[in-house]
Amino acid sequence: MTDKFISIEGIAKRYPAAGGATTTVFENLWLSMPRGEFACVIGHSGCGKTTVLNVLAGLDAPSEGAVIVDGQAISGTSLDRAVIFQSHALLPWRTVLGNVAYAVSSKWRRWDRARVKAHAQTFIDLVGLTGSEHKRPSELSGGMKQRVGIARALSITPKIMLMDEPFSALDALTRGTLQDEVRRICLETGQTAFMITHDVDEAIYLADKIFLMTNGPGAVLAEVVENPLPKDRGRTDLHRHPLYYALRNHIIDFLVTRSRTFTTEKPDHDPRNVPVVQIGKPGLTIAASDEQQQTRTPGTSPGLTA
Amino acid sequence: MTTSSLRLRAGVVSIVLLAAFLGIWHLATRSTGTTAAMSPEYAKLMGLTATQGKSAMPGPVDVGAQLWEHLKRPFYDNGPNDKGLGIQLGYSIARVGTGYLLAVLVAIPLGFLIGMSPLLSKALDPFIQVLKPISPLAWMPLALYTIKDSSISAIFVIFICSIWPMLLNTVFGVAGVRKEWINVARTLEVGTFRRAFTVILPAAAPTILTGMRISIGIAWLVIVAAEMLVGGTGIGYFVWNEWNNLSITNVIIAILLIGIIGMLLDQILARFTRMVTFPE
Repeated sequence: MTDKFISIEGIAKRYPAAGGATTTVFENLWLSMPRGEFACVIGHSGCGKTTVLNVLAGLDAPSEGAVIVDGQAISGTSLDRAVIFQSHALLPWRTVLGNVAYAVSSKWRRWDRARVKAHAQTFIDLVGLTGSEHKRPSELSGGMKQRVGIARALSITPKIMLMDEPFSALDALTRGTLQDEVRRICLETGQTAFMITHDVDEAIYLADKIFLMTNGPGAVLAEVVENPLPKDRGRTDLHRHPLYYALRNHIIDFLVTRSRTFTTEKPDHDPRNVPVVQIGKPGLTIAASDEQQQTRTPGTSPGLTA
Repeated sequence: MTTSSLRLRAGVVSIVLLAAFLGIWHLATRSTGTTAAMSPEYAKLMGLTATQGKSAMPGPVDVGAQLWEHLKRPFYDNGPNDKGLGIQLGYSIARVGTGYLLAVLVAIPLGFLIGMSPLLSKALDPFIQVLKPISPLAWMPLALYTIKDSSISAIFVIFICSIWPMLLNTVFGVAGVRKEWINVARTLEVGTFRRAFTVILPAAAPTILTGMRISIGIAWLVIVAAEMLVGGTGIGYFVWNEWNNLSITNVIIAILLIGIIGMLLDQILARFTRMVTFPE
């Protein structure tokens, strides 16, 4: 990991609690990712995933530490980092075109109306909303609203896309289609993407790297799991890959038990040197506990050793 | 079928209720016909009630006939105490309009500032809480003493009574703009000024317009009372003048017109509110 396009360096977030005390959501969090990578963060509610994303977006300032993007420490929000919000956050008094054009004209203030419109239109076409440009958000379905959110984020051609559980409010079918679209767009444009999710399968399908966070308060980044599935994976034959279940079980085991017990089991965990789990590559593996080995069917987790 | 027929049925019920009201009014104000015997000299001193048994309260027919007279000549001017109803209403509407517009010019920018700044909001809150419940007419002596012009004092009273609902609703609307919309503007690096006009104003507009609608209602309520005090012109003065003339017919006509104008003002603001309301 020499190329650190995004580097989160020892950030902490503390809130004042009742009685003058402070609640630490997380502290000393280190995380980095190279350009063009798709990373997913998985963890239970309250572990500070959204706070990490908000810090990356510049919407929230860390109590300690710094975030470096493309060689520069960030301060505040930037048009280089686009956010796709969980609640889509469209402006209801603007049309689809108006919402995307608002972003476009915010980035390129000198562009004339026609140029802004043409640019916005390309991204509306890209997310498959051609023909709905003049509808208002209230006339759109949940999936279509989120498509507008994606078009708005992409239209400013950001260096990084930040996504806060963008598909969690959608039904399974729509979610699948939108995941395909996001994957296609990110692969085509080489977009660096940072996404928060609750959905293990979504992370496996989309991510190159999966960050596992333990439960808060006092959450830590426990492991970085490299996705062993090929870059050109397809939704339909994903589960046929020999390492699919090993990967999936590893993440589920983490979420079910180890996210709770991790901090007590690994008191010497070094937050600056988070273990990288490479499923299917013996020797490089940092392993799971014995208990998890027993619950797993032999053969599905070839690379995991204690 | 259901909506149109409901509207039709409601219309029929309204007309029936109006007819019943007018009918009862007419019956209640009929001449009794019974008169006490009195000498002709004494009868000359007495009114129609005593001599012909006519009701002291005018009936709907009297009011209708008098209203027709007014509608035929709304803008006549026979000196200070005898002006057409159109002129009197015009004075009142002009006063309300001036005071109200001044209040809009002050309340909306000020409300914007207070709503966007938690510090100002907290600092000004005690003043607003104290000033808001003061009856606008309580300001009248102070206004007359300092301004020394009764007409401008009336405008000031309208100003002071219509400012509070607009101010509070603007503050409420601006402070309550959804965080996610603000965050959208922040991630797009939209400056404070542009953010105020492209995100906060459209988001708060329905709440602001509701405040303006409440204010115009209050302003129209207050102008009648204010004009009774300052005198000279206006529909409030007309009511008081006709009371002094003991012309109950004219008082009833004025009441009716005050209601109609108030309804029209409210409808205009309601239309503006609908224009800025967005579905979610």
